[in-house]
Amino acid sequence: MHQLTLAQIARGLAAKDFSAVELSAALLARIQQLDPQLNSFITVTADQALAQAAAADARRAAGENGALLGAPIAHKDLFCTQGVLTTCASKILHNFKAPYDATVVDKLAAAGAVSLGKLNMDEFAMGSSNESSHYGAVKNPWNLERVPGGSSGGSAAAVAARLIPAATGTDTGGSIRQPAALTNLTGLKPTYGRVSRWGMIAYASSLDQGGPIARTAEDCALLLTGMAGFDAKDSTCVDVPVDDYLAALNQPLAGLRIGLPKEYFGAGLDGRIADAVLAVVEELKKLGATVKEISLPNMQQAIPAYYVIAPAEASSNLSRFDGVRFGYRCENPQNLEDLYKRSRGEGFGAEVQRRIMVGTYALSAGYYDAYYLKAQKVRRLIKNDFVAAFDEVDLIVGPTTPNPAWKLGEKSSDPVSAYLEDIYTITANLAGIPGLSMPAGFVDGLPVGVQLLAPYFHEARLLNVAHQYQQVTDWHTRTPSGF
Amino acid sequence: MQWETVIGLEIHAQLATQSKIFSGSATTFGAEPNTQASLVDLGMPGTLPVLNAEAVRMACKFGLAIDAEIAASNVFARKNYFYPDLPKGYQTSQMDHPIVGKGFLDITLEDGSSKRIGITRAHLEEDAGKSLHEDFHGMTGIDLNRAGTPLLEIVSEPDIRSAKEAVAYVKAIHALVRYLGICDGNMAEGSLRCDCNVSVRPKGQAAFGTRAEIKNVNSFRFIEKAINHEVQRQIELIEDGGTVVQETRLYDPNKDETRSMRSKEEANDYRYFPCPDLLPVVIERSFLEEIRAALPELPVQKRERFEREFALSAYDASVLSASRELADYFEAVLAVCADAKLAANWVMGELSSLLNKDNLEIDQSPVSAAQLGGMILRIKDNTISGKIAKMVFEALAAGEGASADEVIEKKGLKQVTDSGAIEAMLDEVLAANAEQVEQYRASDEAKRGKMFGFFVGQAMKASKGKANPGQVNQLLKQKLEG
Amino acid sequence: MALERSDVEKIAHLARLGLAEVEIPRTTETLNNILGLIDQMQAVDTDGIEPLAHPLEATQRLRADVVTETNRRDAYQAIAPAVENGLYLVPKVIE
Repeated sequence: MHQLTLAQIARGLAAKDFSAVELSAALLARIQQLDPQLNSFITVTADQALAQAAAADARRAAGENGALLGAPIAHKDLFCTQGVLTTCASKILHNFKAPYDATVVDKLAAAGAVSLGKLNMDEFAMGSSNESSHYGAVKNPWNLERVPGGSSGGSAAAVAARLIPAATGTDTGGSIRQPAALTNLTGLKPTYGRVSRWGMIAYASSLDQGGPIARTAEDCALLLTGMAGFDAKDSTCVDVPVDDYLAALNQPLAGLRIGLPKEYFGAGLDGRIADAVLAVVEELKKLGATVKEISLPNMQQAIPAYYVIAPAEASSNLSRFDGVRFGYRCENPQNLEDLYKRSRGEGFGAEVQRRIMVGTYALSAGYYDAYYLKAQKVRRLIKNDFVAAFDEVDLIVGPTTPNPAWKLGEKSSDPVSAYLEDIYTITANLAGIPGLSMPAGFVDGLPVGVQLLAPYFHEARLLNVAHQYQQVTDWHTRTPSGF
Repeated sequence: MQWETVIGLEIHAQLATQSKIFSGSATTFGAEPNTQASLVDLGMPGTLPVLNAEAVRMACKFGLAIDAEIAASNVFARKNYFYPDLPKGYQTSQMDHPIVGKGFLDITLEDGSSKRIGITRAHLEEDAGKSLHEDFHGMTGIDLNRAGTPLLEIVSEPDIRSAKEAVAYVKAIHALVRYLGICDGNMAEGSLRCDCNVSVRPKGQAAFGTRAEIKNVNSFRFIEKAINHEVQRQIELIEDGGTVVQETRLYDPNKDETRSMRSKEEANDYRYFPCPDLLPVVIERSFLEEIRAALPELPVQKRERFEREFALSAYDASVLSASRELADYFEAVLAVCADAKLAANWVMGELSSLLNKDNLEIDQSPVSAAQLGGMILRIKDNTISGKIAKMVFEALAAGEGASADEVIEKKGLKQVTDSGAIEAMLDEVLAANAEQVEQYRASDEAKRGKMFGFFVGQAMKASKGKANPGQVNQLLKQKLEG
Repeated sequence: MALERSDVEKIAHLARLGLAEVEIPRTTETLNNILGLIDQMQAVDTDGIEPLAHPLEATQRLRADVVTETNRRDAYQAIAPAVENGLYLVPKVIE
C-alpha cells in the first residue's frame, strides 16, 4: 500500500479496496520500522492518526467523498498543531505543544486528511541540508550518507522513502524545491500569499510560503487544493480564487512558450544537471512547447539580497523566543539579561544564531541603508527581471540545484558554500512567483530536479506542465532501493 | 543669565476601540491578569497581526481635527528591543510613514491669549503589557492584557515655552481626543500618558540645548511640577559649570524630583524596519471625506461660537468649552433659562465649586442642567434674589427638592415684591433706627453711601432676605430723602 | 566592512544571544565570510530603484473592530515556564 500515490489512494478508498484506518496503520508500522534509518519524523502521532482515519472512514460511510478524505500525510514541524509538539527542530521549542492549529493544518484536517506526525527540518527552516536540526540530521533515502536537502528535508525523505505519500513543506529560499530535487520528488512553492501563513512559524515573513511535496504533480495538485485559499487571519494572504488544479493537469502544452535563462547555465552548474534540463526541454518541445533564450540579468545578486532580507526578518521574528511565555528557559537565570542570553544562546543552534546576528547587523544603526535597503532595491530588480521575462514566455525552465545531494557534514564547516546551493531557487521567493521542482534524471545514482517557474498565481500551469512531462517520462516513479 | 525653556511633548493616547489593534481581544481596563491576552497578543509562534479598521478611522479623525496632512499610504514598522512586557521582542509602530503628518493645535493661555503649537506627526502603534514589581519571591510578574491596545502617539514640535503652556497643550489634546470620542482620557488608568522633552537655552540663542526626556508623567499637575523641577535642575547644572546629558529621566511625585534612568538606557538601537507581516495601509480620499463630514464641533469651534453667539468673554468661553461634557451641560442650562451670562456664571461659579469640593465630574453633578436652568429662570423673573438662589442651589444639591420651584415653595423663599408690604416693613425699620435716620439726613453725600448700606442690611434682615432688593433700594431712598 | 570582536559582542548583545568566549573568534570569522558574500551586491547600481518590501505590493486589509477572543489563559499558561496568579514570572526587572 505504501507505493500508492495520493490519487491512487483516493481511488482505492472510494472503491473500498481498503479503509483509511488500514492504510494509516500500515504506514505507521512502516514508519516505525524504517524511519530510524532516516530520522525524518520528530513526532509520530499514531493514536491521533488512527482516530482521524476512523473519523474519515465514518465520513465516507456517511456519503462523503473528498479527494483527501482518509489520505495520510504529515506536516513539517513548523506548522502549529494543537496539543502536539511543534518544535521547528529547535531546542528552544523542545517542549512547545502549540495551543492552536495552523490554518493549513486546519484546512487539511477538515478535508479529511490524516496526519501521521511532524516532520524533521532544518532548525527554524534555516538550512538546505537538514543538518541543523536539534533532533539530528535526516538521511537521504537514495544514499544514507547524503543529505536529503532542506529545510523541508524530513518531508522529502519521508515521502521519497514511501513512509507517506505526501507532506507539507515550506519554502523561504528553496526549502520545498531543493529537497524535492535531491530526493526525486515533485515539490511546489506557491505564489507568495496563496497559502495562509497563520500558524506557520515564521522564518522570513515576506518570503515564507507553504506548499506540497509529493511524488507526482497530480498529488501536488491534490494537496495544494487542500492547502490554498484566502485566510482573514493572514494580512499577506491574497483573496484570489483558487484555480482548479486537477482540471488543469490535462491541458495540452501546444504553443507553450518556454524561456531558458542564459544566466542559469554558467559556472557552478554540474554539466550533467545542465544536460538533464535540456533533456526536459526536448520532451516539452515534443509536447508542443517552443523554446527561447531569455535573460535574468540580476540573478547573481539574489544570494546576497536574500542573505540580508531573510536574516533581517528572522532576527526580529525570532525575538519572541525569550524563555518567558513558552519554550525553553535556561536553568536558574540570575537576572533578566541572563534569562534572555542563556535561554536563547542555549536554545538556538549555531546556524540560527548566525542568521540572527547577520540580520541584527544588517538592520543596525549605520548599516541599514547599505544592507537592508540595498537588498530591498536589488529585490525589486530581481522581480522586474521576472516581470519582463514573463512578457516573452509562459514558463521558465532551469535547474533546481547546481549539484546533486552532498555528503553529510561536507558543507557544515562552511555556511557560505551551502548558501551558494540556493542560487536557482531563491529568486522565486524574492519575486514571490510560484516554482516547482520535478524529477528529471540521475547523476551518479543521485536524483536531479528541474525547476519550472511561472508568473504570479499560475500554479496550475506549473502542475499542468509537470504532469504532462510525467505522462511521458518515468523518473518520478523510481524508488530508492531499500524503501 | 536669562534662560528660555523649550519643551516638546509626546502624548500616548489609548484609542477607545472595542478590540486590540492587531487582534480580537477586548481592551477593557482592569480585567484579571492575562485574561485579555490572545495568541497574537502573547506573541505565540506562527501568529499574525490584522489591523483594526476603527483604529485607522480614529487616527484619521484626529488628523483631520488638527488640520494635518494624511498621507495616501502609511506603513507599520517594527521597533526591536527586548523587554518582558513586549511579547514579540518588537513593538509594531510607525516610523518613516506615519498615518498623520504635520498639523497644529491652538491653545488658550491663562491670560486669554491664544498660541499655536505645531504637531509634528501622530502615528499608530501597539501598547506594551505591564510589569508588576511587587514581590513574587524576588520575581517580576508580567500582565499582557494591555499588550496590543491601540495607541496614537502624538508628537509636538518644540514650540512650548513653559510648564504652564505644556499643561495647557496637554489639556487641549485631552479635550480634543475626548470631543472626538477616540480616547476616554482617563489619565489615572493610563489612557493618556505624556513624555516631556525638556531643554533650556540662554534667551536669544537660536540653537536648542541638550534635552532630557521625562517619561510617563500621568497627571496635569505632575506635568507642571516635573517640568518645573527639570528646568530648575538643568539651569542649576549649567550655571554650576556642568552640562546636560541627553537621557531619559523619571519623575518621582513623592519626592518631587526627576532622576536618571541611565541604568536601563544603554545604547539603544531599535533596528526599525517595515513590518513584513503587515502591508501598506491605503487611505482613500472618500474615506477621509466621510470622516470629515461626521466630525463633531471641536473645542476651538465651540469656544468661538460661545463668544460669538452668547457674547461670553474669551476666558469664559474657553473654560466652558474645555470639555465636551461641560459644554453640553452649559448649553442644556442655557436652553432652559435663555440667559448665557447667568448660565455661565452659575456653571463656572457655584456648580464648579460644588463639583470640586466633592471631586465629581460634570456628568456626576447632583444638580441637573434642567434644575439649574429652572432656578435661573426664577432669578430672572424676580421670584428669588441671587442670594436666595444660593440657598435654593444648595438645597437642590442636597436633594431637598426635584426642582427650584419645589424648593422655593417648600421653604417659602419666594421674594416679596408687594410695595405696600415692603413699605410697611421699611417704616418699621426706620422707626427702630430713628437715631441713624437723623444722622443720615445730617450727613453729606459722601458719607450717606455707606450709611445707606446699613439700612439696606437691616431691611433685608427684617425680611429674612426675601424682600426684592431693587424695590428695597428704591423705596428706602425715597423714604430717607423724601 | 570587516567585523571585529567588539562588533560581534555588540551584535550578540543586541540580539540577546549568550556567546561563549571561545566561540567569538570563529563566529567573527564566519560572519565576515557571510558579509563578504553579501557585500557583492554593493556593486549593483540601484539608483532610483524603489525598495521592495512585499513581493505582491498589495495593501493592508482591515478587520472590523469586534471582540472575537475569549479568555484562554489556562491553556496558554499551561505551556509557560513560570507563572503565578495568572502572571508570567521573570527575574526582577530593575527600574
